[in-house]
Amino acid sequence: MSAILIFLAGLASIIIWWMAQQRLTSKPWLESARASDFSPITRSQIPTAKIGLGVFLAVVGALFTLFISAYFMRMGLQDWWAIPLPGVLWVNTAALVVSSIALEMAKSSAQQNDANAMKIALLASFVTAIGFLAGQLFAWRELVSEGYVLADNPANSFFYLITGMHGLHILGGLLVLSRTTFNAWQGEPPKEARLSIELCAMYWHFMLIVWLVIFALFAGWANDFVDICRQLLT
Amino acid sequence: MVNIPSSINDPIPAAEVEDVELYHPHSWWTTYVFSQDAKVIAIQYSLTAISIGLVALVLSWLMRLQLAFPGVFTFIDADRYYQFITMHGMIMVIYLLTALFLGGFGNYLIPLMLGARDMVFPYANMLSYWIYLLAVLVLVAGFFAPGGPTGAGWTLYPPQAVLSGTPGGQDWGIILMLSSLILFIIGFTMGGLNYVVTVLQGRARGMTLMRMPLTIWGIFTATVMALLAFPALFVASVMMLFDRVLGTSFFMPAIVEMGTQLQHGGGSPILFQHLFWFFGHPEVYIVALPAFGIVSDLISVHARKNIFGYRMMVWAIVIIGALSFVVWAHHMYVSGMNPNFGFFFATTTLIIAVPTAIKVYNWVLTLWRGDIHLTIPMLFALGFIVTFVNGGLTGLFLGNVVVDVPLSDTMFVVAHFHMVMGVAPIMVIFGAIYHWYPKITGRMLDETMGRIHFWVTFLGAYLIFFPMHYLGLLGAPRRYYELGESVVNPPSAHDLNIFITMMALTVGAAQVLFLFNAAWSLRHGKDAGGNPWRATTLEWQTPTTPPPHGNFGKELPVVYRWAYDYSVPGAPEDFIPQNEPDPENRSREHAS
Repeated sequence: MSAILIFLAGLASIIIWWMAQQRLTSKPWLESARASDFSPITRSQIPTAKIGLGVFLAVVGALFTLFISAYFMRMGLQDWWAIPLPGVLWVNTAALVVSSIALEMAKSSAQQNDANAMKIALLASFVTAIGFLAGQLFAWRELVSEGYVLADNPANSFFYLITGMHGLHILGGLLVLSRTTFNAWQGEPPKEARLSIELCAMYWHFMLIVWLVIFALFAGWANDFVDICRQLLT
Repeated sequence: MVNIPSSINDPIPAAEVEDVELYHPHSWWTTYVFSQDAKVIAIQYSLTAISIGLVALVLSWLMRLQLAFPGVFTFIDADRYYQFITMHGMIMVIYLLTALFLGGFGNYLIPLMLGARDMVFPYANMLSYWIYLLAVLVLVAGFFAPGGPTGAGWTLYPPQAVLSGTPGGQDWGIILMLSSLILFIIGFTMGGLNYVVTVLQGRARGMTLMRMPLTIWGIFTATVMALLAFPALFVASVMMLFDRVLGTSFFMPAIVEMGTQLQHGGGSPILFQHLFWFFGHPEVYIVALPAFGIVSDLISVHARKNIFGYRMMVWAIVIIGALSFVVWAHHMYVSGMNPNFGFFFATTTLIIAVPTAIKVYNWVLTLWRGDIHLTIPMLFALGFIVTFVNGGLTGLFLGNVVVDVPLSDTMFVVAHFHMVMGVAPIMVIFGAIYHWYPKITGRMLDETMGRIHFWVTFLGAYLIFFPMHYLGLLGAPRRYYELGESVVNPPSAHDLNIFITMMALTVGAAQVLFLFNAAWSLRHGKDAGGNPWRATTLEWQTPTTPPPHGNFGKELPVVYRWAYDYSVPGAPEDFIPQNEPDPENRSREHAS
């Protein structure tokens, strides 16, 4: 459970940092009749939707960290054989990276009010993300045809479970991205599309990080990293 | 842009508050059924939670009947008995308490108490309720599925939860249970995002965090905890579903069942316990923190006195929320984990008693020399304090490894968690319903029926659960269908069991009276007016009662003070609403 505790500690430090700015040491009983001593507006200037997505990503982060915690605990038991990673995963990773970069480009062209570049970048991101999902399915088929089926070994089970969960999250993001892309091609001006593109980009970068972490996990690098940490500590 | 007033004492005209665009329903369906109004969603959540809670109440009667009169009720066989305890526990903890506190009270009170028009993501809020309803229906479907619902105990420990010896283990029961939990968590996450972000972004002008009523602090912190703790149950449920349906071995060790070797092998049941209790312990505080918050407000209003140590109360809520994530393994002292872990978790468990005790002292000090009105909400609030202290004290026994080991899985544990997590939050729920029913419906609940309801419930709950501690100390194990005549069940203890059952039926009957009261008062109750308790918080200052769509009139309220200005010396009345500026400011405002 150390992975989730580290994740929560990180989250706690963000929460503490935020709370430190909220004047939690003020004495509200002495402040009557002052509508607002310190700020005329009690809410943050960041768009509400962005804060909502941020909170949601914290939940998604906790979810994947818990899967990873379970993975580490189960890995310590006797019957574990690591799964060979299909080469196509490298292509998929590249596709997801390209998708993320394309969204970042869409974001900056929306900021620069460049509708055409924005539309093309959005479409590129959408297509590469679909490519990623197709590639994941292909990787699954390859593993199955080599005989690494779901229930044979916990390493296989975790591979299908976690990549499946990640794929579902990408699929959910694709629904939103398809709407944003569709609207952009319908002629929505970049100014109005900007917030929705920013939200997509935020989500996409986060899912890319999650993917890189679980890719490292299945490739075994995460274990080496943990071992190094352990040696440094002892 | 907003003008910042030159002097901090200047009132800020309400016109400067930026308003939000509100979704306006156009038809009966979108007003009352597929509504995006948090108040309607709150009532939908509450009614669904109470309905399914009644099912759990009936299940508890059936269990008690079996324990008191073994063999008399022939339709309760061992399988049924296990199904009853499982469903009773799961429904009460998750589908009633969590849903009612966060989905019900959270939805109703957050926008109103903060001076907001509605939740920030009303559509997701609506979806949250409908997914919750679906989760409840899937849960109920277990009763009608072949083999019945799961009988694995509310903790659903593998491997027994998915073996054929357990009711529902190899039938539909466990599958429906896990699916229902997964749905519940998805639905809750949608609602939870709303509660958190509304507190962050939806507050009225002047409503700083430290001016929020403690009710909101409790619900807010509990929601943050729930958002981070429920994923653990989600992960555990998904992995167990894989084990059960797809034959994986996340949790399932190699097992020979009825002479046949199962296909599972090598899995770790302890892994499930870690995941389950990583959710399960914060869950206790997910239920307790809203109760703490609400009870603080009830005591302050009905004792006509400001809450003692407001800052300390807020900090205690936050600290309890944080600490509750590092105590989970005190549920696992007998699981065979490293004894050093036991030492660590016993320490953190005892530390959590410190902020909790601070809260109890502050409630008592709020009552100290207050103008205590023994209204029904106040009676329930007092009942909560007593019950919570009693239940909490037995928690000190169970938190220590050496004391817990012999008491583990006895009726002592059952008595402990029913006192602290069952009766105590239910007391707050009733107090809150008696307190806010006038705002929700515009009418008061009947006083006489309310008093009977309180005394029967309060005394009855004590008569049920106090003797149960004694049974536990005798060694009577929990989850046993039938004890027979044994060392742990001498005739005297059996008589006690009959007594407990009688009391359980009596308390149950009192709840029927409450339901009747709630239905009857809807038409025949005394007219409540806008602010029957003369309270300061914003939900009592709405232009009409019940509050209209959009909660407040044309202009959102502006908050000038904290929520606890009761019996202020020199004030014309013994309460000053949060949206009331100081008299001198008011006259200046009129002049301009």
